[in-house]
Amino acid sequence: MIRLVATREIRAFFASPLAWIVLAIFQAILAWIFLARLDAFLGVQAKLQNILNPPGVTEWIAAPLFSAASMIFLMIIPLLTMRLIADEARNQTLTLLLSAPISPARIILGKFLGLMAFLGAAIMLVLLMAFSLLLGGKLDFGLLFANTLGLVLLAASFSALGLYLSCLTPHPFLAGIGGIGALLGLWAVSFGSGGFFQAVSPAPHFERFNQGLVDTGDIAYFSLFMILFLTLSIWQLEKR
Amino acid sequence: MDMPDPSLVLHAQDLRRSYGGRVAVDGVSIELRKGEVLGFLGPNGAGKSTTMRMLTGNLMPDSGAVSLCGVDLFEKPLKAKERLGYLPDIPPLYRDMSVDDYLKFAMKLHRAKTDALVETKARCGLGDVGKRLIGSLSKGYQQRVGIAQAIIHDPDVIILDEPTAGLDPNQIREIRTLIRELGDRHGVILSTHILSEVEGVCDRVQILHRGRQVYCGEIGGEQRSIEVGFNNPPSAIELAGIAGMASVEALSPNLFRLHPVEGLDPTESVVRLASERNWKLQRISPARNSLETIFAELTGEAS
Repeated sequence: MIRLVATREIRAFFASPLAWIVLAIFQAILAWIFLARLDAFLGVQAKLQNILNPPGVTEWIAAPLFSAASMIFLMIIPLLTMRLIADEARNQTLTLLLSAPISPARIILGKFLGLMAFLGAAIMLVLLMAFSLLLGGKLDFGLLFANTLGLVLLAASFSALGLYLSCLTPHPFLAGIGGIGALLGLWAVSFGSGGFFQAVSPAPHFERFNQGLVDTGDIAYFSLFMILFLTLSIWQLEKR
Repeated sequence: MDMPDPSLVLHAQDLRRSYGGRVAVDGVSIELRKGEVLGFLGPNGAGKSTTMRMLTGNLMPDSGAVSLCGVDLFEKPLKAKERLGYLPDIPPLYRDMSVDDYLKFAMKLHRAKTDALVETKARCGLGDVGKRLIGSLSKGYQQRVGIAQAIIHDPDVIILDEPTAGLDPNQIREIRTLIRELGDRHGVILSTHILSEVEGVCDRVQILHRGRQVYCGEIGGEQRSIEVGFNNPPSAIELAGIAGMASVEALSPNLFRLHPVEGLDPTESVVRLASERNWKLQRISPARNSLETIFAELTGEAS
């Protein structure tokens, strides 16, 4: 049943122009950053050789690429999640799901996994770009793994939050703007503050993945973030 | 809850629901048996759709109970919903899917038999539009897809909220025939504000007004009446003397409403006497159903 909902969601994504436009913009921006970093790296490569323990190509190009991807996700995930439930509520198609023998938890998980499959494809594209560096050098696979894991966890957390906002209102636009606002706010509270704000903001947690540090604390943070908002979504759908 | 009567497919008791202080549904109870079409009649805003949303698990009632085939809808929602097919007032269609894909999705959602698709499409007259996108279909076809979705898993209870709204007369007739057929094997609840629809397809009718149930009865069980007009009218007493007449109401000097004795039809006697006694029969509309009268009396003061 979860797979049924997820499959329909994936097909709906690829049938809508929004998804393709989002993927195209995502890829175009990342390609630009990739090329700019590559250019910079080639410029300083000669000097780097004089340094003891110089930063490698993965650190110089791939890590900034993932960092940029995380910022773009912050903008586009709310746009992708906004219609998940809100649109169905507005078009009355939610009735089909709610009067069928399928539990709200399965509806939410199906939608969530459908979106994650789509975002998974986007992350694959980032990875492929990084892998293209293998043509001219060696890659630090550990760093690449940490970045990929971080980006997947970040995407899952942002999706769960967006999905919850989509459950709250029948207006996709409100859910989208609310999602971008909430995520930007959460991201921003980490700047110039410490303690509590550092702990709640996703920014420092992702940054450690970005540097190649796989910390169980950070994994737990994103997992809790995701579970919290998925639970809230299920609860919201049951309450209707 | 124990169900002593196995033919009872839907049982709703004392449903209540208010929206922010305004009571939308106030103490509605429904019993539906297999092989029966129940008409749910009421003016717009009487609480028909709200009641149906509660019967289908789309809206929690403030109080009351619903059971489908003996399974409580609020305690075991998934098991109860297996028995249910529902067409809301706005058909729940994914416009970007083809008819076939959509119906297959609905089938899997309800765990229906895999061979139901072709049969259901034929029943709903969708045989030749399977590949088309739902968004590109006319309203009539979209409505049929909505009905197909509600019956594809052969549910015991079928709930249709204004299934003929927005259709042309031919489509309305087809849909009514289909509903009548469905009523033989399933329990069907049909909401509408069209009286002739209730008279045409329903076995029983429940009238809702301002969230309350104001009438419940069999179709055809009501007293039928005849309206006659004469250019040279006899006296009301003379008309009341005709065999099989229970009472006569004079609507105007020329126009009378005749109430026959239950089970008798005095139309022929009236026509024969009119020509014999030169009353100059102007018009006669036989067996005018008094459902309209009941409806008007119970809900007329709505304004």
